[in-house]
Amino acid sequence: MTIKLGVPSKGRLMDETFEWFAQRGMSLSRTGSDREYAGVVDGIDNVALVLLSAGEIPRELAAGRIHLGVTGTDLICEKLPLWSKQVELIKKMGFGHADLVLAVPRGWIDVDLTDDLDAVAAMFRARHGFRLRIATKYHRLVREFLREAGVADYALVDSQGATEGTVANQTAEAIADITSSGTTLHANHLKVLSDGLILASQATLWRSNKASFNEVEYAVLLRLIERLV
Amino acid sequence: MTDARLRAVALRDSFVAEGAIAIETPILQPAGLLLDLYGEDIRARAYMTSDALHGEQMLRPDFTVPVVQMHMSNSIEQARYTYVGEVFRRQEDDPNRPNEFLQTGYEIFDRTNPAETDAEVFALLERSVSHLKLSAIIGDIGILMAAVDGLHTTERRKMALRRHIWRPNRFRMLLDRFSGRTAIPNSRQALLNDHISRDVPLIGLRSHSEIQDRVNALKADSAEPPITSVEIDGLDALLKVCGKLPFALKCLRDLAKTIPSISSAVLNLDARIEALISRGIDVEDLEFDMNFGRTSMEYYDGFVFGFYSKIRPELPAIASGGRYDALTQRLGNGEEIPAVGGVLRPSLMVDLERSL
Repeated sequence: MTIKLGVPSKGRLMDETFEWFAQRGMSLSRTGSDREYAGVVDGIDNVALVLLSAGEIPRELAAGRIHLGVTGTDLICEKLPLWSKQVELIKKMGFGHADLVLAVPRGWIDVDLTDDLDAVAAMFRARHGFRLRIATKYHRLVREFLREAGVADYALVDSQGATEGTVANQTAEAIADITSSGTTLHANHLKVLSDGLILASQATLWRSNKASFNEVEYAVLLRLIERLV
Repeated sequence: MTDARLRAVALRDSFVAEGAIAIETPILQPAGLLLDLYGEDIRARAYMTSDALHGEQMLRPDFTVPVVQMHMSNSIEQARYTYVGEVFRRQEDDPNRPNEFLQTGYEIFDRTNPAETDAEVFALLERSVSHLKLSAIIGDIGILMAAVDGLHTTERRKMALRRHIWRPNRFRMLLDRFSGRTAIPNSRQALLNDHISRDVPLIGLRSHSEIQDRVNALKADSAEPPITSVEIDGLDALLKVCGKLPFALKCLRDLAKTIPSISSAVLNLDARIEALISRGIDVEDLEFDMNFGRTSMEYYDGFVFGFYSKIRPELPAIASGGRYDALTQRLGNGEEIPAVGGVLRPSLMVDLERSL
């Protein structure tokens, strides 16, 4: 008779989530040792805390194994193609801001728009014999964005970390990555395309459309939402 | 065997009876070639897999590419082929669409008479689905390509337009840019006026000389006159041609007076219509849409067609196909041969028969 709330299990995202709930009179805390991913919720009855990696929360919501979950818009959109049917947005939480952007070397003085990128991709392919490589871990979002923008002759290469370094290392010509300030991009001699904002993400509380609620649980959900929104 | 498979095999056998050779192709296709042909978008439609030995592979998203490869690697000049098998398509938007389904196909490699072979494929598929009360749409990418080739502008602009024939939005943006209908973006103007700092570190594989080449090309392009509004209006009118075939043909003939470059492509359409009539097709009832086939996979470059259910309009095409001359050249290692083909979806046919 409890509803399950999934929150990120570590780092700043976890701390800020705990703080956000605390401001609303609910105290989230881990139980046992630091390595144990279990937790409790005080200040409201019948809510259980499940600590998960932020990247796993979309999947757990889609499967209905948790009723509520906190994770970024970017991860929901990347991992759940039918997200608008699978989950419901309850509240944007106002922290964890991060933009998924398309960036190219600052030295590309001839490139400012996706329109330029497309033209450069054609020339690059003709010159080098392979498609212009864009390093990212957000394959689906980037591909959809580029299709909408009508960019052709590019290849996505997978990069799960240190993506800003791929251009200097010549394993990619451009990148699509999460940035919160742009400082890292600049330090790596990259610039964001003027129309290269793929997604503006922030920490968000989601409800699973798949998880089943009985009468008691539904009452708990309503009570919880009332205090959060 | 399921009903769909029985039907698929029966259709293939009927094509064998017409003289086609039955062939098979591997389910696993090397991903590199398909990615080179279709670009990254194919990943959204096809299942990828890999192993350490063969690298990235794709579960066959269609038969055309492997059939063309097979034909081009043989020394036979002309051939007709038929095949049955599953194709695999990722479905990320619509859970009701299957991600694995059977196709029966028919492909012709023959340079003698394109109008006749176009009509042969169309009539053969039409015969296979004639009991299903479908409506047929046809188009002709070749007419649009001819119109682009005939524009009075630089080869560079024409190349850019040709590259995006299958991306209608980008095609439109380029047309607007080249005709001066949209303003030059500020950043581009600054670059053209040399009001841009070059004192920026450059990293990565793309070199200074490549960047300078593009800057030079942009400057050269900005000195070129815009494509005239007469030509743009002509293209706009061409892209709007749509309706019953006799009406569409009349529109196209009228347009050929102002866009002479499409004349021979319109004559090809004429010849195709004659060939269809001689095979008993009721051409009065065919729909023609100039944009048909522009958003599908980018290998069709001439005649294109699809058969759709009137009672189940939500279904994808029950049968579809088209001409892909350029693909044989691309995969031909120096050889080329005009080719046209089409596929049927037997499971949809069986479903529709039940609901008739």
